[in-house]
Amino acid sequence: MPNLIAKSALFARTPLTLSGTTLAEAQVGTITSVAVFPGKLTKVKKTLGVFPAPNSVAGNLIWTGPEQVFVLGSVPDLTGLAAVTDQSGGWAALRLSGPKAADVLMRLYPLDLRAAHFPKDTCARAPLGHMQSILIAEEAGFLILIFRSMARTAWHEIETALQALTARTAAAL
Amino acid sequence: MRIAGKGLIDRTKPVSFTFDGKRYSGFAGDTLASALMANGLRLVGRSFKYHRPRGILTAGPEEPNAMVEVLDGASQSPNTRATVQEIYDGLAAQSQNRWPSLRYDLLSVNDLAAPFLSAGFYYKTFMWPRAFWEGLYEPLIRRAAGLGRLKPQNETATYEKAFAFCDLLVIGSGPAGLMAALTAARAGADVILAEQDSVMGGRLLSDGGTLGMPWVDATLAELRALPNVRLMARTTVVGAYDQGTYAALERVGLHLPAAPHLPRESFWRIVAGQAILATGALERPIAFDNNDRPGIMLASAALTYLNRFGVVPGQKVTLFANNDHARQAVRQLMAAGVQVAVILDSRADASTVEECPVYLNAAVTDTQGRHGLTEISGTHAGGAFKIATDCLLMSGGWNPLVNMACHQNARPIWREDIAAFVPHPGMVPGLTAAGAANGAFSTHAALREGADAAIAALTDLGRTATAPDLPQAEDAPYRLQPLWAVPGKGRAWLDFANDVTVKDVKLAAQEGYTSVEHMKRYTTQGMAPDQGKNSNVSALAVLADATGRGIAETGTTTFRAPFTPVSIGAMGAGGQGAGFAPQRYMTSDQASRDRGAPMIEAGLWYRPSYFPKPGETTWRQSCDREVLMVRSAVGVADVSTLGKIDIQGPDAAQFLDFVYTNTFSTLPVGRVRYGLMLREDGFVLDDGTTARLGDTHYLMTTTTAAAGQVMRHLDFVHQAYCPKWQVRFISVTESWAQFAVAGPMAKMLLNALLDQRIDDFPFMTYGEVSVEGVKARLFRISFSGEEGYEIAVPTVYGEALFRDLLAKAETLGGCAYGMEALNVMRIEKGFITHAEIHGRITAFDIGMAKMVASKKDCIGKAASQRPGLMGPDREQLVGLRPITQTEIGAGAHLFNPGDKAERVNDQGYVTSVCWSPVLESYLGLAFLKDGRARHGQRVRLVDHMRKTDVLCEVTDPVFLDPEGAKLRA
Repeated sequence: MPNLIAKSALFARTPLTLSGTTLAEAQVGTITSVAVFPGKLTKVKKTLGVFPAPNSVAGNLIWTGPEQVFVLGSVPDLTGLAAVTDQSGGWAALRLSGPKAADVLMRLYPLDLRAAHFPKDTCARAPLGHMQSILIAEEAGFLILIFRSMARTAWHEIETALQALTARTAAAL
Repeated sequence: MRIAGKGLIDRTKPVSFTFDGKRYSGFAGDTLASALMANGLRLVGRSFKYHRPRGILTAGPEEPNAMVEVLDGASQSPNTRATVQEIYDGLAAQSQNRWPSLRYDLLSVNDLAAPFLSAGFYYKTFMWPRAFWEGLYEPLIRRAAGLGRLKPQNETATYEKAFAFCDLLVIGSGPAGLMAALTAARAGADVILAEQDSVMGGRLLSDGGTLGMPWVDATLAELRALPNVRLMARTTVVGAYDQGTYAALERVGLHLPAAPHLPRESFWRIVAGQAILATGALERPIAFDNNDRPGIMLASAALTYLNRFGVVPGQKVTLFANNDHARQAVRQLMAAGVQVAVILDSRADASTVEECPVYLNAAVTDTQGRHGLTEISGTHAGGAFKIATDCLLMSGGWNPLVNMACHQNARPIWREDIAAFVPHPGMVPGLTAAGAANGAFSTHAALREGADAAIAALTDLGRTATAPDLPQAEDAPYRLQPLWAVPGKGRAWLDFANDVTVKDVKLAAQEGYTSVEHMKRYTTQGMAPDQGKNSNVSALAVLADATGRGIAETGTTTFRAPFTPVSIGAMGAGGQGAGFAPQRYMTSDQASRDRGAPMIEAGLWYRPSYFPKPGETTWRQSCDREVLMVRSAVGVADVSTLGKIDIQGPDAAQFLDFVYTNTFSTLPVGRVRYGLMLREDGFVLDDGTTARLGDTHYLMTTTTAAAGQVMRHLDFVHQAYCPKWQVRFISVTESWAQFAVAGPMAKMLLNALLDQRIDDFPFMTYGEVSVEGVKARLFRISFSGEEGYEIAVPTVYGEALFRDLLAKAETLGGCAYGMEALNVMRIEKGFITHAEIHGRITAFDIGMAKMVASKKDCIGKAASQRPGLMGPDREQLVGLRPITQTEIGAGAHLFNPGDKAERVNDQGYVTSVCWSPVLESYLGLAFLKDGRARHGQRVRLVDHMRKTDVLCEVTDPVFLDPEGAKLRA
């Protein structure tokens, strides 16, 4: 058992709810990068059971680049087939859910995030403002993985966009 | 004056506002212009150059005269068009470009000096003497130049930017735009309808025609109910860019009192599969002598004020026009009970059947009234006339708003039958003009073109659509006889905003500026905030006449984005304050701040500069103490910001040999090696240590500054040169928190925390350890010259480990050390950073030529062996010590003693300096010509900026423990 206290990037940060839309830090457990060695995709696919298509999520596998996925949770032995790297602590996870989620993120991402165009289980490596991120569409919103060190800035950017949208509603616009 | 029963304003909601400090009232739905007009104000501004009194000319965003400053808390927005600004309770506006007041403006003396201020005045007058230009003329001109004033504070208001996507973007919501949107929306396409006005409907709101508000309301209601339609009012599409991308500016909160978080404006990037340009047309003025007095306005503007705002611009109205359409304005004014004195029609064959006198073959040749029109005079078929009038409406025909179609540099085509330029298909791929913007001026034609354009656009997108039934609407022919300027001796304005007259354009032609682009620059026509919307076509028609060419041959100037002014705040939305750049925080951030450490920015990271103890008042005191404590006991520093790249695969070793100058395939598992990396041009890219974690597994570290650059470099090398190699890599910088533990008691400190003691852990060794129950990585490396370790734990444990390390270090008489102490210790050891490897440095320069392995190739090796990159002419890394202890600074240059401290005698420069509390000396690292051969010699260190001139001894760059005994202890 570790005697060190583990702290997430936005430890003890109270979720923010405005306009029925909630921004909160999410805990996604271990994240492992699986980068397939050239020519080994078929074997990796067989071992993992599935390998998501570009810009999509399959179960606990998130596409993050050519022949590369992030796996949430445990990973089977892929020795000799792929570079397997622990990424758990490196990413902060933010979850934005609620009716304004897509509108908020379309202030920050140059992507069409409306449900018809970016449905559940779609993902993208895309810039959140100036920051590289992994964006995942979920049932009721989005999960954003961002470099841990930038979590506060990401929160600030999303909060600002959400505040502006809420102010529009308040002004009956 | 208000007219009962007219207008779309809400008379149950009075609104109070101020103009030039005086309180006025209007109604919800008013613009500042309509409200001022309702209050009987005619003089609202001063012209740019002559400071002529000016009134409202138009009713839209093209307004050249009625520009005001809006005061909003801390900010002040100049050049706000009163015709666009909606009023709200508490709105405070003031006139601009006048002093001391709008009515009595001292600079109106310029108007009297007009004969001297013609086009080219500045060019001709301020040519000589040459020496006067910078010292005298420019400051003088600058003081008089500029329109409107900004507050000198930085902008604090909120702005927003946003992205939107659609199948079809419809720009403008007049008959063509509404019909296009309706057609596409019913077909199920994803539609954005953007309208610059606060209300949708375009000219249907103001032309008083048969197709009025009921149809507009019903159409908007249908569109609003459809989930595939987005209506964006107050949104001006300002630019057409590549790949169907359009920029648009939304006025979000400009019509409301400021509220927290409410953006003033939102800058949109809209990506559209297809777009329809339904921006309509602008009526054009006619140039005649003194045609710029308050009270002279466009006929269509009067129609808008009447029907949209229930205001009439005068008591006794006259009309001067060259077309049938303009008569609608006076007919409707008469119907509303306004007296119309006369219609002055420039044509000989026009109808005279109206409810008021009509003069044919008529021309207005002069006007009277300093602060507002009182009288006009001129000629007509029956002789001369002089008529008392307080409002002269003018109409020289219509210019389709082709601007956006020209944003990718295509030119519009001239249509003789309507005397106007129109867009042609394909000017902007995917953008089709419809309605008046396309030269189809009747309401019926606009509706039909809107529907047709939408069907065609959807066909291009692979969808089918059918035209809705077109409602009944007027389809009157557009009859006009071109009239650009009435001949006269006085000044006849073309460009009201920049005070450019017919004479100026003729003068330009006379002086050889016959190209329309040259005329524009010589006269400044079209260069004011309205960008020539009211004057371009007339000015080039006058130029065409003056040069004996046709209008088509003369051509237009270039219409560029933005279509209407965009505030810089909107374009920079999100970039204020903390939004400027991401802030990266280490896990130790709070612990460092708790100890009062000032943070400095290192790239995007915030790192502690030093950790002040009670009683320490300067950074040097803290820094000196930290250095001495590390050198005598132990210190802890967070080094997590260094780039960490995990490299795996059977070809990982080969890959590292390729990117590093030295060899890594021979590195045993569990060992660490220092590596040097070159750019392709042979100069040093970065340095760092790489550990071999396993047979096919390495961990590379980079400097903080070059972490991203190295990652990009590795990606490039892999993808471009060896894509088939069995190697993959990923950044793990963020996955591990890493702490340097350095000093003679470093091992003691670690052993107090590690679950299993380390005893024999030699220099440049790597091992997996367990610290307080957490798996960790331990590296025996040193950037301080002391016995040094770096311990890495998964980031989530970073803060906890840092605090524990610190507590134990303090028990041992050690401390946390910051960037200052870290820097001092690495200078004492002659270790380089990017202050040294700044991009113009070769391995030879830093004494590492031998690290470029001879037995293998690597990126940059061939280029590094080019002539001139090695040898005694190169500036080489050396150490410097002042002969007598004097503070020295980085950036200083080196000279031979006896030489003058001038550029030609330059021998090198200083890159890093510090005060070494151990050696009790200032130390410097520098690049000196043939420096390695000059150890022991003296050089002059001259800092022209800090005014220092210090004699120094050249030394080896390693000042402390050159044998590395402490390091390897």
